[in-house]
Amino acid sequence: MVSPNSPEQSGGARPGQQPRSLSDVVIRLAGNSQDGIQSIGGFLARLAGRSDQDVMTYMTIPSTISGGPSIFQVRMGNGDILSAGDRADMLVAFYQHSYDAHIGSLRPGGILIYDSDHVAPPAGDNRFTSVAVPITTGTVEAVGGTSKDKGKNIFVLGLLARIFDLDVAKLTGLVKERFGGKNEDIVRNAMLAFDAGYAWPQNNIRDLFYRFDAVHAAAETTGRPQITIDGNTAMAYGLLAAGVRHGAGYPITPWSSIMEILRTELPKYGGVFVQCEDEIASISTAIGFSYTGQLAITGSSGPGLSLKMEALGWATMAEMPLIVINVQRGGPSTGMPTNVEQSDLMQAIYGSHGDTPRVVLAPKNVEDCFYIALEAARIARTYSTPVIILTDQGLSSRIEVFAEPDLAKVMVAPKLDLSERPATFKPYPLDAITQHAPPGARIGSGKYPTVTGLEHDEHGHPTGSPVLHQKMTAKRREKYKALAATLPAPELFGDESGEALIVTWGGCYGPAREALGRIRKAGFKAGHLHLRHIHPLPLGLEKTFAKYHRVVVAELNDEGMYGYGQLTMMLRAAYANPAIVSVTKTDGLTFKVSEIVAGVARHIESQALSATVGAASQSTLATR
Amino acid sequence: MSAPAVATPPPAPGAPLTKKALTADHPTWCPGCGDFAVLAAFYKVLEKLNYPQEKIVTFAGIGCSSRFPYFVNTHGGHFIHGRALPFAAGISLGRDDLHVFVFGGDGDGFSIGGNHLVHTARKNFKLTYVIMDNSVYGLTKKQTSPTSPVGFKSKTDPWGAIDQPINPMRTLVNSGATFVARSHATQVNHMIDTMLQAAKHDGFSVVEILSECVEFYEGAFDSSVPRKGGTFKTIDLKKGDGSPEDAQRHDPSSLEAAFKLANEAWPGSFGVFYQNKNAVTKNQLEANLIAKTREKTKNAPDLALLQATFARLR
Ligand SMILES: Cc1ncc(C[n+]2csc(CCOP(=O)(O)OP(=O)(O)O)c2C)c(N)n1
Ligand code: SF4
Ligand SMILES: [Mg+2]
Repeated sequence: MVSPNSPEQSGGARPGQQPRSLSDVVIRLAGNSQDGIQSIGGFLARLAGRSDQDVMTYMTIPSTISGGPSIFQVRMGNGDILSAGDRADMLVAFYQHSYDAHIGSLRPGGILIYDSDHVAPPAGDNRFTSVAVPITTGTVEAVGGTSKDKGKNIFVLGLLARIFDLDVAKLTGLVKERFGGKNEDIVRNAMLAFDAGYAWPQNNIRDLFYRFDAVHAAAETTGRPQITIDGNTAMAYGLLAAGVRHGAGYPITPWSSIMEILRTELPKYGGVFVQCEDEIASISTAIGFSYTGQLAITGSSGPGLSLKMEALGWATMAEMPLIVINVQRGGPSTGMPTNVEQSDLMQAIYGSHGDTPRVVLAPKNVEDCFYIALEAARIARTYSTPVIILTDQGLSSRIEVFAEPDLAKVMVAPKLDLSERPATFKPYPLDAITQHAPPGARIGSGKYPTVTGLEHDEHGHPTGSPVLHQKMTAKRREKYKALAATLPAPELFGDESGEALIVTWGGCYGPAREALGRIRKAGFKAGHLHLRHIHPLPLGLEKTFAKYHRVVVAELNDEGMYGYGQLTMMLRAAYANPAIVSVTKTDGLTFKVSEIVAGVARHIESQALSATVGAASQSTLATR
Repeated sequence: MSAPAVATPPPAPGAPLTKKALTADHPTWCPGCGDFAVLAAFYKVLEKLNYPQEKIVTFAGIGCSSRFPYFVNTHGGHFIHGRALPFAAGISLGRDDLHVFVFGGDGDGFSIGGNHLVHTARKNFKLTYVIMDNSVYGLTKKQTSPTSPVGFKSKTDPWGAIDQPINPMRTLVNSGATFVARSHATQVNHMIDTMLQAAKHDGFSVVEILSECVEFYEGAFDSSVPRKGGTFKTIDLKKGDGSPEDAQRHDPSSLEAAFKLANEAWPGSFGVFYQNKNAVTKNQLEANLIAKTREKTKNAPDLALLQATFARLR
């Protein structure tokens, strides 16, 4: 029996056995939420982070908080991992219901590991390599009677470490770190469970032995250590790095963890986060903070964003800097609170009343959640405007590994400018972008400014003048056009002209990039353009679009009354280009690579490309 | 557009605040509106407080009364209907050096903003809130308000209001506000004295001022106007001198006594109903939290803090 704790065995070597090499693997763990499945994913992700492997996790949490089915899918491997993987190479099923619900996600020829104490797969199913492991009794025996089956997750972690030849020293180090704060027994039990899983001697487990190919990871290219976090965490720390020290919010899934982190972290930085009585109070308090000269943040999900709309209109009118985060989830109403969707785009751009321009940004992956926060703060301050960040449920809880940001370089120190303003100061100059004088600043003219939601003149006095309303509306519009002119061209991958250009925003970045790879491998000329700045759009997109036969926008929302997704509608309206079409879906899950490939195939009417998609294409797709 | 030329140089820093320096746009209220008197009293209050002008913030929601900030030459603003309190909470908590005053009407405060009132009060943000109650929706031209009495004929209740109004003082005392007072727009000295006490209170102070809307609810408060045959009954506060008269005086630290006053028959009494001088403000609680947290991190600079956090995420 191999003991992972004996140093000479560390690394999982098996005498006389050669591992098969592997570039990446998709493992889906299916059980109940109280089994700690998420933490297996967490350990694997952090291990990958410390072992120079790229990892992306896919996690669903059930809407019922305790109990109920839960899955965690992790894809690990070397190099860039862009999506969570369409189908699993390995399924670990803890219960019969887990098996029933998820066996369909395992690719033919994949490996099924099931808890033989709870699961009985039908006899004679030869589609998979099936491995029976009595996970429950194995754990109970290893740990001893009292804790029942607690620790099954760590047992499975040991099992996976054995199969994939993972770095046991690092992994057990992580387990100890995680449980280290708790009492000795817990660490000991965890290690017992881990060892038992690692050393599980029976059946065809012995034949399963893989090793990831030599890696060339971010650590080498950037020279920076890698960190392993989810999107909401990256966003919260991005705000701290951006010098945001004030915020207010009201809990709602999946936004809450951002406010929880900020509430805990901000006092360390001399800042404050207020939990308010509702979303209206939250945005009002946040604008109040901003009014004092200190950029603030509020946030929510779906229904909460709707409640913020009136005050958001005020922020546009009064020209107040503000960051509003919206972690999108399935809607409308309470909808599918723990599923992913990109259906708040129109609300983000056009919600509220009157002509209320504002800035809308979207992060492309977990790493970008950090950098988009910096960008939002920069824009909010420079253009004295509300900025909405549209992230989503998928990004919020997904764990990815990325190079640690160079904080010394990117960090912004909060600045409060209370210097006396000259006598010529006007809060709303027609010929310049508004920069408010916060209270505390003396005004040279002795006339103090009023910030207001009423239409106003340059000094903030209310006006009913039609001429002024038109001029001020233009003033508020023009600053976004000025911003647009400064935006960098969006990232373009693949061919600079061709049959199809895939266009994405938000979390669809990864699967679309993989889809592009497949499409080009199949012999098609195609590109992929990803938008981070969604409103205003960077200039010149129409020229790029004109170089492709079809511009296929892949987005996670409904095709609507006219057959186009929300960004697609916007792009068609802006550029009047009939080549712009949609691939949309609303099944609450992120895009599979094959779904995007199939959508593109449909739009370019290519049987050949369709054929490469094969059985993986999904009927949930709506393409037009 | 006509940018007003700078007529007079601004007062030098530290110069006493004058009505002249505090006067801004000419009020747009109807002649005879009670709100004029509230404004005049507020100028006096600011003169007496003599805070640095640039440190005073005057904010409001929406309504006739909420136009207040345009008429006061301090930093300030005009927010949305009913939400001025959470906005002002942000100002107050964001900047401890500022003196924050919020003005609004009965609809703004007790109807659309009712929930904010309760939560801002219970959290005890340091700011002063003046509710100019005219028992009607003035700006929108005579609809029933949450303080309109049963029988009041408005455009939404042409036959007379049928819903029970709220009892403002009971609501305010019950909200957890740590300073609750009531005054009357026809009693300028009483207003000045009451608002002064409110401004000096360390916490959330709220003053309800009966302020007549001559346009849509004339005579609403006559029963508390002596020259119209009413009685203006003021609250005598306990002096603590042990005299037999003192036993009869009102103890503002007693919630029970405050509720008793609030439950008096209309038109009730005027003055300080309740004051809790010992409650810790939200501002102080958050400052304590910051101090305690920073003690733990040994006042590490922001960059070092965030770097340490990221090191743990490796
Ligand atoms: C969200 C919203 N709803 C309604 C209105 C219309 N409105 C403006 S002021 C007001 C009521 C004003 O009454 P009150 O607060 O008592 O102030 P007053 O004018 O009597 O001083 C209403 C309903 C608005 N501005 N915003
Ligand atoms: S309508 Fe009433 S409250 Fe409004 S300004 Fe006129 S008198 Fe005052
Ligand atoms: Mg009113």
